Amino acid sequence: MVELIETILLAVVVLFLAAGVFFMLAGAIGLLRLPDFYTRLHATGKCDTLGEVLIIFGLLLYHIYYYSPGAELSVQLVPVKLLFLICFIFFANPTATHAIMKAAYNTGVKPWKKGDRRM
Amino acid sequence: MGEKSLSAKSGKGFGIFVTFCAMFLFWLLLSGILDVLHVGAGIICSAIIAFVSHDLLVTQKWDKMLRKSGRFIIYIVWELWQILLANLDVAYRVLHPKMPIDPVVIEFDTSLRSDLAIVTLANSITLTPGTITINVDQERGRFQVHSIAQKPADALLVDKTMQEKVAKVFMEE
Amino acid sequence: MIEPEAMLTIFLATALLIVVTIILALYRATLGPEVYNRVAAVNVIGTKTIVLLVIIGYIFERPLFFDISLLYALLNFIGTLAFAKYLERGEVWSS
Repeated sequence: MVELIETILLAVVVLFLAAGVFFMLAGAIGLLRLPDFYTRLHATGKCDTLGEVLIIFGLLLYHIYYYSPGAELSVQLVPVKLLFLICFIFFANPTATHAIMKAAYNTGVKPWKKGDRRM
Repeated sequence: MGEKSLSAKSGKGFGIFVTFCAMFLFWLLLSGILDVLHVGAGIICSAIIAFVSHDLLVTQKWDKMLRKSGRFIIYIVWELWQILLANLDVAYRVLHPKMPIDPVVIEFDTSLRSDLAIVTLANSITLTPGTITINVDQERGRFQVHSIAQKPADALLVDKTMQEKVAKVFMEE
Repeated sequence: MIEPEAMLTIFLATALLIVVTIILALYRATLGPEVYNRVAAVNVIGTKTIVLLVIIGYIFERPLFFDISLLYALLNFIGTLAFAKYLERGEVWSS
């Protein structure tokens, strides 16, 4: 019974890691493939945020199960730190994307329209 | 202006106390070492931060903030589902051989005015399918949004589900 | 019971794939046609580095790396904001 639970937990952790890596790869490919600056930010601003959060959440589950019982306090508090990191990424990544985008728009970088040349 | 007078009425000491408790809890969670030196340094640092910047954290009455945070958590759950949809959408557009994109820049007005509501809506727009906030005019509540295709732009211009949800969370109809 | 070695392999594979995405972003950072492409790519590399630091913390089993990744997240965010402000206005701080 315990082994079954452990196997399921491991599968969930690996699933989170794989989904995160998939989204991050999609974001990186988008960064290379999409035609202009604004559309590239669509790929990075969304895919990177979710990919990173998924990977950190998978590691958090792993940590709660494998390290917490009987460890010292500073090790037991690591999931809290990772939770802070997740909240911070959710707050900071869209804000940074928005800041770069606003700077580019206000200094006159033209958005790409369908049929234009790649930039 | 209304928020500031509320804060003054409920007292400066209360704001300092709440900020101090939050900062000290944060310190304990991050350090995890419970000897005299570390806890003492934590008390001193949290006291300084609470004294200098207590008006940043507590701007409204406590019960109002608590009710808002309850509705905010429900909103976050819906938002997480939208983020997952957004990522699948972007991954589909990027990995599709023909890249079905047709970018447009749109503008729309909202009735939101407070800082937190506008930040929430702007970040939600950036994280949900196909749209990124470019510019926000706080005085008129006007948003400029870059959309990767026409369909996600219509979700903001015609349906307006997200604006209604955020307005319901912060009660600014 | 799952052996720790199996998890180590999975973490190493994840870290390697993240490094691959960083290399892809590095292409945009070096050859990106405008300065904005470069800033965006540098921001992306920074946020990927946060995750990489967390995974390294698990590979070497040092909890110290989580503090570093928290700090790096803060620094990367502030750096990107400063860059964006500077490019928009030509100065970082205007009175």
